[in-house]
Amino acid sequence: MISRLSAITLNTFREAVRDRVLYNLVLFVLLLVASAPLFGEISIGLERLILVNVGLSSISLFGVIIAVFVGIGLVSKEIEKKTLYTILSRPVRRWEFIVGKCCGLLVTLVTNTALMTVGFYIALLATAHSLHRSDANILVAIYFIVLQLMMMVAITLLFSTFSSPIFSAIFAFALFVIGTFAEDLKNFAAMASGGARWLVTALAYVVPNFASLNVISQTAHGQAVATSLILFNTLYAVLYSAAVTAGAVLIFERRNLK
Amino acid sequence: MHAIEILGLSKDYPVGFWKKALRPALKLLNLTVEVGEAFGFLGPNGAGKTTTLKILMGIIIPSAGSAKILGRDFRDPEIKTRIGFLPEQPYFYDYLSATELLDYYAGLSGMGRAERQKRIGPVLERVGLSDAGNKQLRKFSKGMLQRVGIAQAIIHDPEVVFLDEPMSGLDPLGRHEVRELIQGLKDEGKTVFFSTHILSDAEALCDRVAVIHKGELRGVGVVKDLRSAVAGKSEVVWEGAHAAAKVAALLVDSHVTGDIVRGTVPSSDLDRLLEKLRQESARLVSVTPLHGTLEDYFLANTTEKEAVIS
Amino acid sequence: MLTLFAGSIFSRHKVENLRGKEATLEEVLYLPSGKTVKRLSLGYSGLLADIYWTRAVQYFGAKHTVHSTQYALLYPLLDITTDLDPKLIVAYEYGSVFLSQPPPEGAGEPEKAVTLTEKGIRENPEYWRLYFTLGFIHYMDLKDPRSAQRAFQKGSEVPGALPWMKVMAARMAERSKDIETSILLWQGIYETVADKDVRNAARTHLDSLLADRAITQLEQQVQIYRQRTGTLPASWGDLIRAKLIPGVPLAPKGEPYQLKANGKVDVEDPTQYRYLGEWQHNNWLPF
Repeated sequence: MISRLSAITLNTFREAVRDRVLYNLVLFVLLLVASAPLFGEISIGLERLILVNVGLSSISLFGVIIAVFVGIGLVSKEIEKKTLYTILSRPVRRWEFIVGKCCGLLVTLVTNTALMTVGFYIALLATAHSLHRSDANILVAIYFIVLQLMMMVAITLLFSTFSSPIFSAIFAFALFVIGTFAEDLKNFAAMASGGARWLVTALAYVVPNFASLNVISQTAHGQAVATSLILFNTLYAVLYSAAVTAGAVLIFERRNLK
Repeated sequence: MHAIEILGLSKDYPVGFWKKALRPALKLLNLTVEVGEAFGFLGPNGAGKTTTLKILMGIIIPSAGSAKILGRDFRDPEIKTRIGFLPEQPYFYDYLSATELLDYYAGLSGMGRAERQKRIGPVLERVGLSDAGNKQLRKFSKGMLQRVGIAQAIIHDPEVVFLDEPMSGLDPLGRHEVRELIQGLKDEGKTVFFSTHILSDAEALCDRVAVIHKGELRGVGVVKDLRSAVAGKSEVVWEGAHAAAKVAALLVDSHVTGDIVRGTVPSSDLDRLLEKLRQESARLVSVTPLHGTLEDYFLANTTEKEAVIS
Repeated sequence: MLTLFAGSIFSRHKVENLRGKEATLEEVLYLPSGKTVKRLSLGYSGLLADIYWTRAVQYFGAKHTVHSTQYALLYPLLDITTDLDPKLIVAYEYGSVFLSQPPPEGAGEPEKAVTLTEKGIRENPEYWRLYFTLGFIHYMDLKDPRSAQRAFQKGSEVPGALPWMKVMAARMAERSKDIETSILLWQGIYETVADKDVRNAARTHLDSLLADRAITQLEQQVQIYRQRTGTLPASWGDLIRAKLIPGVPLAPKGEPYQLKANGKVDVEDPTQYRYLGEWQHNNWLPF
């Protein structure tokens, strides 16, 4: 089981690399290099702040885009191109296939993010000319971004098991957007009553809570993140992703593949 | 123990706007294949051949029925280490090279790294791809892809090999090579189950065949026996086109070229034909008994008069 | 292909001209609040805050150059900026100076400046310098030394506050109406706020105030000379020889003061010292 899982994971990673997904890193570097001095012109002393904001926002946005655009094809591409047939004729369980693909995309994203982080810190060093201890807090923000990406991969994968690529992309991005103000949904629910309240509350919990995973502003100003928040966010992200992936597995196992 | 045992396998597809009606793709298929056999699964397009294979591979879920491979339930994942599958018009990860693909697939089938490294070279050579081992699959021609397909079906040395239209899209040289390969697998004692609509291949390679049409099994048997079921015809050639109309009722078919008529008649009616021709003063050129072909059997059992390309 | 692209640039230019210079700010008028913008920011509110901040600075800078008296969008822009990133201190500080100053130096909306600064204090309670800016607004533009005193007092109680906050509180309590207080306040702004526009404004005010103070003192020395000698000094040399001043007095920008024939002192170029004499003419209400 482990060997099959790791084989599928590595192959998915290999596919992403050969599909030149990692070229987005070039764009990222260009963005970093170009933006900070520009903003610094407007207000001295804000260069570092703007660099962190631009850098982390890009890491997050690029990551989400990759997660969705590669994720929608994870399963549907294999079904459409029939590469899946020769996989299923082997002792690969359907759930192993899903989980392996999921992990493969995750490995790709973690690698991508790690490289971006290195580039980012180099840029930070170049701009601020020294690093403070508080700059380490930014790593927490990046870690939270990775947790978000993990959830996005699971969500996209779920849609990919039953929906066409275009709709999977639309639904996945929609959930991302809604997820960023998930906490507002809970507030709306509190204002509603009766059946609507139940519905909106349920919706608020089904939707991923990305608001609490966003500490970009906080760490940009050099503030630390509570350890308890780190712990519980990790738990939440892992459980949510696992649940959604399980859903994907359930759907995939019942599917007749054309 | 049979190699393959199919018991009452059925598959219906919901059709129509409300998905209420059912279109049967397979109707209660019962079939047995013995170990070491080369078994041909014949039928026109849309007969249910690929459906059957997809069910056995776990790609499609059957509506009813079951099957056993090498004595184990066909859904048992462990049995898949002992079978190989080549789908119709296969497509593989085009960003991999042939070697990488085989390595990946062999690993998924449970082979250890050392074993894989030993097997890949010889298997590539066997399918005639030894110089293309490091080329990316996106650069492969159709024939090469077919060969990779066979390679991945046998890389883990399975006991039963399933091939869906293995000759499709190949030129005559390619078909010949695939035929050789299948023969080689037979010689190794493997069970080969392949579907095709090219009857000459089936005739040449198979011990037994089954004919399937519109989801139903129409006949199973040893090739020789099936052929003789439709044997007993004679070809008669004579000069005297004027007689053709008179004897038309007796003929299965006929060709007229100038004054020469070439007609096929069931052996039972041979004497009557010759008598009629003598009455019409036709001049006999030749009388030749015909062997039955699988094609005859095929056509007799599949009511559509489709043109079958050999 | 190139022709088509060039054509598209030309048309775009036309469109942007039609829409006018403040096109990017249009939506500011239609957005209900910073909270809405924050919702729409997909979690990248920090970055959006930086963008709005940039817009605010450019907006003010552009209007300021043409000596505009209307800065209607400054407060909304700063409000949205600080809703998106409540910890962007410089936005509060910028607003406190440029919102409260009377036009054309600023928007002339000191109450809004107070609202903004109080928001800043709420979101950043440990940043005592915002109390300073709050006190500044109350004293300078709202002419309310009591509130100013309260602000300085509260600020002095924040851990880490410099003792000079207490000094300012005390001056407020004395209801000093003197030039020293003004100098101290502007100096405080100059040293506290990092933003270059704010510092330039503070510098300009400081220069005029320092010149004002120096002129008053120099004119006093002229009177002393006249009392002693019965005549007005002809030049600085006279006062130096009389040991009334140590050397040729230099204005804050480095050039010497002008001694007039009637005994008055002035700066060489009054346009460099825009606020000269203003502090006296400010619309003071009696306490």
